Amino acid sequence: MQIIFQQIINGLSLGSIYALLALGYTMVYGIIKLINFAHGDIYMLGAFWGFYVINEWHFNFIAALLSSMVIGAISGVTIEYFAYRPLRHSPRITALITAIGVSYLLENGMSYSFSSNTRSFPQVIKQHSFDVGGVLISNIQILILVTSCVLMVLLQVIIKKTKMGKAMRAVSVDADAAELVGININHTISFTFALGSALAGAAGVLIGLYYNSIDPLMGMTPGIKAFIAAVLGGIGSVPGAAVGGFLIGVLETFFQAIGLSAYKDAVVYVVLIAILLILPAGIFGKNVKEKV
Amino acid sequence: MLTVNDLSVNYGVINAVKKVSFEIDEGEIVSLIGSNGAGKTTILKTISGLLRPKNGEITYLGTNIKRHGAPRIVAEGISQVPEGRHIFPGMSVKENLQMGAFLIKNKAKIKANLDEIFERFPILKDRINQDAATLSGGEQQMLAMARALMAKPKLILLDEPSMGLSPIFINEIFDIIQKINQQGTTVLLIEQNAKKALSISDRAYVLASGEVKMTGSGKELLANVEVQKAYLGG
Repeated sequence: MQIIFQQIINGLSLGSIYALLALGYTMVYGIIKLINFAHGDIYMLGAFWGFYVINEWHFNFIAALLSSMVIGAISGVTIEYFAYRPLRHSPRITALITAIGVSYLLENGMSYSFSSNTRSFPQVIKQHSFDVGGVLISNIQILILVTSCVLMVLLQVIIKKTKMGKAMRAVSVDADAAELVGININHTISFTFALGSALAGAAGVLIGLYYNSIDPLMGMTPGIKAFIAAVLGGIGSVPGAAVGGFLIGVLETFFQAIGLSAYKDAVVYVVLIAILLILPAGIFGKNVKEKV
Repeated sequence: MLTVNDLSVNYGVINAVKKVSFEIDEGEIVSLIGSNGAGKTTILKTISGLLRPKNGEITYLGTNIKRHGAPRIVAEGISQVPEGRHIFPGMSVKENLQMGAFLIKNKAKIKANLDEIFERFPILKDRINQDAATLSGGEQQMLAMARALMAKPKLILLDEPSMGLSPIFINEIFDIIQKINQQGTTVLLIEQNAKKALSISDRAYVLASGEVKMTGSGKELLANVEVQKAYLGG
């Protein structure tokens, strides 16, 4: 029983990182129907920014987290502006391939500029664990969970209550109608990228603290897993992305715990295949038939 | 108020609108009638800034607006109610209406507009927290019109407001259009239901294959034999 609780705690910590990333995927997909494969690399940029400011400028955790979010947002908006915006009216496959290209550019650009070595992330917060009835919970895990939940609630409030959030929803359901009530589509899309990428930047710093190591290719696998989390939850659905992220995290940790570490990535891909076969719209997704 | 001069618009490779000219004076109801593919919707989308014209001028209150984007045109006082209603599904009736006032910064003013809308469309008040997608077709049409009115436009562009509605609702929609007009909003109406449209229009233009074929007052066109043959079922 203790082991199960232990794995749930570990799984939720990892899952909240996936959830933060999956939110970015799902929001961008919701608004421009693009799977932004460069999203995982924004998370990498966030981690590297955190690494840099903590080492060089001696930022504390909060400052590192917030500044990473800003850097994430700026990178996301810049990528959208230069890579995706010119392709707004091109076929979707063109934008998708461009996203993969941007991903390679970021990964290899970072490797080329700063070497592809793995770095150890500075431990800005000293790790210690609490023993709760035999279950070990580290302060870092609590921090990750709390930070992610705060950010998700904040995101939900922005989407539901603010004018820009409502504009995002309007553009994602009907872009032409949104334009006809005076919503600037480009600004709204930039805003969506900024929000999603800020969450990815935050996730980068959190994972740095959790796993202690970062490298330029660190965004690839978590990026794909977060994408699967978004599909599992129902792509385009914000609560779905959060739930999907937690589920994928817990699932992966369980497979590690039962001694199948070698298959922990494979099982996530099996989930993708299964979900596409059984429940293509995901848990929270609406099965919208395309009108012809 | 609005003058369209020698307007040509391409829709993909098709030359959908060819050198169309018409004008709307303040306070009028003007209709563009014609069958499917006559270019009516293309003209409307070009005025509201969703499409870019190839040639010609669109002058609104003395300024050339043909290069302005849709949000700017809304800010200048032209709102379009798109064909097929295009309400925002997944958002409540109230949120839909609030989106209509997107460019209004003053919260008290939005509230006042909202109250005014609810007075005119009491049915929407009953449905205030309901998902807009669950409304009936006629209610959705009202919502789409109400949403456009939330911006307090000087000129409202209506694209096929009677499409897919029952005869009772069609009468109601046309009553509303007349009321909107009496309260000082100029109306540009596009309709396939030519009889209804002509009966409430001050003036109308008959379009076919992207060109203006005929023009006159609503009454004249209703009485015109050719129009009757082509659009009013004999």
